[in-house]
Amino acid sequence: MRRGAWEPYFYVAPSVLLIAAIMVAPLITGLSYAFHDIILLDPLSGDFVGFDHFRDMAEDDSFWTALANTAVWTSVSVALQFGLGLALALLLNHPLPGRRLVQALIFLPWAVPGFLSGLTWAWLFNPVIGPLPHWLKAAGLMAEASNILSDPHVALWGPIVANVWWGIPFFAITLLAALQSIPKDIYEAASIDGAGPWRQFCRITLPLLAPTILLTVMLRTVWVANFAELIVVMTKGGPADATQILASYIFSLAFQRLDFGYASAVAAVLLLLLLGYAAAVMALRRAMAERG
Amino acid sequence: MMLRVLRILALAAFLLFALFPLFWLLKVSVTPTDLLYGEGVRLWPSRMTLDHYVSVLRHTQFPLFFRNSLIVSAATAILSTVAASAAGYAFSRFRFRGKAWVAGLLLVSQMFPLVIIVAPIFRLLAPLGLTNSLIGLIVVYTAVNVPFAAFLMQSFFEAIPKDLEEAAMMDGATRFQALRQVILPLTLPGLAATGGFVFSAAWSELLFALMLNSSASVSTFPSGLLGFISKFSVDFGQMMAAAFLALLPVCAFFFLIQRHLVQGLTAGAVKG
Repeated sequence: MRRGAWEPYFYVAPSVLLIAAIMVAPLITGLSYAFHDIILLDPLSGDFVGFDHFRDMAEDDSFWTALANTAVWTSVSVALQFGLGLALALLLNHPLPGRRLVQALIFLPWAVPGFLSGLTWAWLFNPVIGPLPHWLKAAGLMAEASNILSDPHVALWGPIVANVWWGIPFFAITLLAALQSIPKDIYEAASIDGAGPWRQFCRITLPLLAPTILLTVMLRTVWVANFAELIVVMTKGGPADATQILASYIFSLAFQRLDFGYASAVAAVLLLLLLGYAAAVMALRRAMAERG
Repeated sequence: MMLRVLRILALAAFLLFALFPLFWLLKVSVTPTDLLYGEGVRLWPSRMTLDHYVSVLRHTQFPLFFRNSLIVSAATAILSTVAASAAGYAFSRFRFRGKAWVAGLLLVSQMFPLVIIVAPIFRLLAPLGLTNSLIGLIVVYTAVNVPFAAFLMQSFFEAIPKDLEEAAMMDGATRFQALRQVILPLTLPGLAATGGFVFSAAWSELLFALMLNSSASVSTFPSGLLGFISKFSVDFGQMMAAAFLALLPVCAFFFLIQRHLVQGLTAGAVKG
């Protein structure tokens, strides 16, 4: 072995050992539960059941509703977080007096604990102590000042708004960082050539941001799909499963019904879907890199 | 000129959207209970009170939860940052066999709902006496936060030219000495940003706090607050006072480090 060849292993060892012991080994155990009948506090459970849980899932209406809601929840939340985050990053990339303070204040929601942002928005939507229902009524968007979280047709928007509020800073911070690393002389050359702001945005900014956009959107999609706290805190998946996503469904299966076997099976399906999604995005990224 | 005014208006709208919910939390927390329902939608109560804060601090267990959260978050921040800077350094400076596997391990650890590992972790930690213990939470939080922290630290190291430690090594320093004496001082903002990031993540964590630590003496702020809400769900003033107190340390921390976060990510983005 070449002298010092062990060195990188010395540096990565603590992280790798910790992740292997606390995350990967439990993940493997957890996935094996998907093929067992495991109900907490039930001494008769524990048998190997093969693919039974997956067969049950195919006929479980709550599962299919949660799957559809996961698609809506994830795509709408990420699209709004990204769109508004990009707009904010572009706004903050211009010189402005007091920009540092404005930036620190605008990014503040990111520091708010997830469950607390859920609670805060649940309170804002509550007609007893929150202003939102009264404002919606005054604007003519609502007949009575009622809580949208208890109306199955629109309830999912409650957690989505909270999620967007909370997630804009993540995109704004990463995209602002990417914007600031684009050399200014590219824009100067473009404006000498007579390109207007819109053309500059489409021809220079977007292509140079593309790798960052792809990576952050992918990370965020996976993360938002797994993010159950807001829904658990705001609606517990109700009313009548209207806001149940797979992640919150897994949570209620495990901790209300104590059915860890079935919960793990649903989690395994979610993990497979997300891995497939990530692999597709990576393939797209490689294809883009090859095309130049 | 037109464009500039529009930009400022748009920023003002973002600012309002970001701060209004926090402002409302503060407003309800200082509204006397008898005015809460009577005054309807008012931006500020006609009378202010600090009673809710006094009763939260005097008559509840929040000071204890606060202390537990502080211990857990600070220890997690330090341990994660140390482990993650070592890993981030290896990623930024070495090519080594198995590097892609390690990167894959870090990526997969970010992809699944953590609920799935709660029961196995419980079974792993219980025989070691690490459930209902602050140390158990610290170990779990450190593992959960290391992957993203390592990614952040890698991008901070990428921003520092390799020539610096190579020059020091030419002068006879070992790589470890060069790392300690030349590189680490330069990454102080990065270390602070990563540490602050992990601190807020640990301060906010609810799932493991709820599942691993059931006894109140080792509860952290989030599980304490949730327990409080399910018990006293009508005392909005006290709930929001407690929530506002929970926000103070993370917001203060974040306020100080967010500039370094942008810089750190910029450094990473330059390298692509």
